[in-house]
Amino acid sequence: MVPYVLTMVLLAIGVYAIACKRNLVKVIIGVMVAEYAVNLFLILMGYRFGGRAPIRTAAMDRAAGAADAAKAFAAGSVDPLPQALILTSIVIGLGLVALLAAMAIRLHEKYGTFDVAEMKKLQG
Amino acid sequence: MANALPFLVALPLGVAFLMPLLEKLHEPGWLIDLLATLAAVALLTLSLNTIGEAATVYWMGGWGPDSGVVGISLVCDGLTRLMLVTINLVTLVAVLFSLRYMERYTTKGFYFCLFFLMVAGMNGVAMAGDLFNLYVFIEVAAISSYSLVAFGCESEELEASFKYLVLGSLASTFVLFGVAILYNLTGTLNMAQIRGQMDALVGNPALYVAAGFFVMGLGLKAAMVPFHAWLPDAHPSAPAPISAMLSGVLIKALGVYALARIFFSVLGPTHEYAVVMMALGALSMLGGVLLAVGQWDFKRLLAYHSISQMGYVVLALGIGAAVLADGGSRAVAGLAIFGGLFHMFNHAAFKSLLFLCSGATEYATGTRQLKELGGLARRMPVTSGCCRIASLSIAGVPPFNGFWSKLIIIVAAVQAGYVWLAALATLVAFLTLVSFVKVQRYVIGGELPERHENVREVPVSMCIAMVTLAIVCVGAGVLCPYLMSADGVGFLDQASDAVVVGTRYTEVALGGMAP
Repeated sequence: MVPYVLTMVLLAIGVYAIACKRNLVKVIIGVMVAEYAVNLFLILMGYRFGGRAPIRTAAMDRAAGAADAAKAFAAGSVDPLPQALILTSIVIGLGLVALLAAMAIRLHEKYGTFDVAEMKKLQG
Repeated sequence: MANALPFLVALPLGVAFLMPLLEKLHEPGWLIDLLATLAAVALLTLSLNTIGEAATVYWMGGWGPDSGVVGISLVCDGLTRLMLVTINLVTLVAVLFSLRYMERYTTKGFYFCLFFLMVAGMNGVAMAGDLFNLYVFIEVAAISSYSLVAFGCESEELEASFKYLVLGSLASTFVLFGVAILYNLTGTLNMAQIRGQMDALVGNPALYVAAGFFVMGLGLKAAMVPFHAWLPDAHPSAPAPISAMLSGVLIKALGVYALARIFFSVLGPTHEYAVVMMALGALSMLGGVLLAVGQWDFKRLLAYHSISQMGYVVLALGIGAAVLADGGSRAVAGLAIFGGLFHMFNHAAFKSLLFLCSGATEYATGTRQLKELGGLARRMPVTSGCCRIASLSIAGVPPFNGFWSKLIIIVAAVQAGYVWLAALATLVAFLTLVSFVKVQRYVIGGELPERHENVREVPVSMCIAMVTLAIVCVGAGVLCPYLMSADGVGFLDQASDAVVVGTRYTEVALGGMAP
């Protein structure tokens, strides 16, 4: 329950920055905060207090006995899948932020400002 | 044929990364053109090949149910098949149109690179068998579309693209949040396995949080009315063939298809979801058309109509979901969903055609303001003819395809007991007709302005692209009664069947293994 609420608050901060800030750079920071809220949520979902790093070794298998090796490993370690997911998600986020920054720079060249309110060639 | 499925993603990816190489090596332009055309033809052939085959699954690296571990899968059922054919048909046409249209931009290689990345992403979205790959493919298609909107690098285009980019990435964040919650609840990402655990989760509040995130995220991607602000800026700013791709297939694959897949095949239709879908659909239908009527920019007008027409599709899916959730007649639900999916296919054909026509008039005259155009019927007979056919289709005039799909949706709404929604759909159809009478009058009819005296018809490859889509519009319209009467064999029937019978996806995607 707590991770739900806290990451939602973080997400809300990101959405607030996107919706209410006039400076393009602050909008980009808002997007990053929102992205990291979901990354944090994913990693918290997979975390287990006192869990082991999800690396299976031969020594662990010997200790647990041949039959239950996989079960014992799954019970004792942190869920590795969300970690793989957020690696992908972080890379996608990097691409997005790079594209956003590139566009903000081009917009600055055209308008000479980062202020959204002064960019209004599109209306209607 | 399951082994052919990965090629629908791999082929456009490979072609996409070859393109900048050819551009950098200063290869002759015809090589890039040839490669793009061949790739698009191959993709269409591959996707047409899936028609008439049994639903198939491809397990990446062999990590399927046989190996005891469920890995990443590509699933091809009826709905996927419909999307694949639609996407790759519009892709081929847009490539043909781009060959000459994009010559005024200097870097065609980079353009085709982004174009094929977008196609790879959309094909992936249609086939993804697990939620995280759905998200990744949505991002692949969306990120390439952000750059394509800004392709001209003028200030309006950058501004539209920035807006689209910020809202698009927010939408993706919402979708990923929904995926994360579902993973937390069920411990799996495979859509069919999640569906298998849905019964145990009914009434869990976290499930509704996840559904809310999916509605917001995918509603933003589909530009449903409270979330539509980016579309009328982004779609007209892109080059014409890209506008055709964005309005014709991107909002469907990323928005409506994903929405249908998640709400019908993963979460299972309930009354609450159905009401939300019907409300979104009705709002978009009315809001889009009211905003469109006052527009004087050709492409902007078309973009607002895209919102309105997507509203029809979501409304029909919502009616279908409501009937299914309330335990009503499966035939009525099937009719509504059939109408919605048929309208989605038709919209891909006629809206892409309209955007190509607007691109052709802009190519020839240099303007897209309706008031500065006129009298093009004699100067550009092919473009005008295609524009007429597309306008009649979108306005819902018999016997063109738009008429049949709208009729089916309205009939299904009445049968399901939503008479007010049927009346609203009829009113919107009438407003659409009014709006397109205006387009016809100002673009094709009237006097030819003096400065357009020397306007000539666009090059042959662009004409071929437009005529192909016009034939699809007329063909789907004329053949519709036959498609309807042939019971259960058409590929549209299979598509609506895949949606109506929600558990069928589980059967297909796991190949008989208990979920």
